[in-house]
Amino acid sequence: MRPPSRVREMPILRVVARALVPVILLFGLYVQFHGDFGPGGGFQAGVIFAAGLIIFALTFGVEALRQVVSVVLTERLMAAGVLLYGAVGVLAMFLGGEFLNYTALDPLTTGHHGQHLGIIAIELGVGIAVAATIMRVYYAFVGRRPNGDGEPREPALGAEQGGGAS
Amino acid sequence: MPPVELLLMLLLLATVIVVARLKDLFAAAMLTGIASLLAAGLFVLMDAVDVAFTEAAVGAGISTVLFLGALSLTSRREKQQERTRILQILPILIVVATGAALIYGTWDMPAYGDPDAVIHHHLAPDLIAETENKIHIPNIVTAILASFRGYDTLGEVVVIFTAGVGVALLLGGLGLRRSDGRGEEES
Repeated sequence: MRPPSRVREMPILRVVARALVPVILLFGLYVQFHGDFGPGGGFQAGVIFAAGLIIFALTFGVEALRQVVSVVLTERLMAAGVLLYGAVGVLAMFLGGEFLNYTALDPLTTGHHGQHLGIIAIELGVGIAVAATIMRVYYAFVGRRPNGDGEPREPALGAEQGGGAS
Repeated sequence: MPPVELLLMLLLLATVIVVARLKDLFAAAMLTGIASLLAAGLFVLMDAVDVAFTEAAVGAGISTVLFLGALSLTSRREKQQERTRILQILPILIVVATGAALIYGTWDMPAYGDPDAVIHHHLAPDLIAETENKIHIPNIVTAILASFRGYDTLGEVVVIFTAGVGVALLLGGLGLRRSDGRGEEES
């Protein structure tokens, strides 16, 4: 395997990644918000979205990605996704239904779209939580050093300093 | 078995045998991804597109990246181990016995796609009939996962969250947490 610095200098990889990453992210959003009509849903969308960002990190270096999505942000989004899911359930209780009974969300909408609204909201929570968790796990892996003391020294896969998407 | 399924099955079999025999861990990680992609192809042929989606994204995508990430921390080749005769034979015996038991178990299963199978007469007809009226979305799989079984899915998201927290606590990552408890993040 070539070291990451050499990968960074490969023009074909850089150009292909630059062209592909936006498409992958867009496809992730499509899978997210079209999941109630076609195959897919929050889990798959979250994984695809995270995979797109990880491809970006593999090509342009993890430092470039951390400027977009910081480690602390992934940790906050992990919790935010779960809380969004739970909040939809609690909101349904406040509106007179059972926990996670989306039909109770009806008063918020003009028609009988409570279920649809609830599913879109909780799938969004799933997608955010899954994407953030995978990003966090990736950061944990690239942050490890062979000597195991957690101090950044010799960077792992795609993890070295500098470079960037400039 | 239709020829496409048969071809995919044979490719899958060949891939996993090669993975088991390889000493080159980099090639093994790549072939594991290919095995996942072949499995995803099989799921598509079984009309399980949601499962295929997940298998392709997680199995072929993310876990390959994580394998490579782990591999960059260790050596590229598997260490040669001195093993006695019994230790060489015992694992293959266990694997063959387990596989034989699983194949024996499939004899009691209904034929693949059998419309008279019990599973298709328990809840499935109700769910297929009522999703349109109760949930108002066309994808029945999403309706079941997100609404009929909303509790289960909430539990699954909590499991994923817990796994992420566990990995973050065990492996840390990028040396961000200092002993004073404040991150040096937001760079």
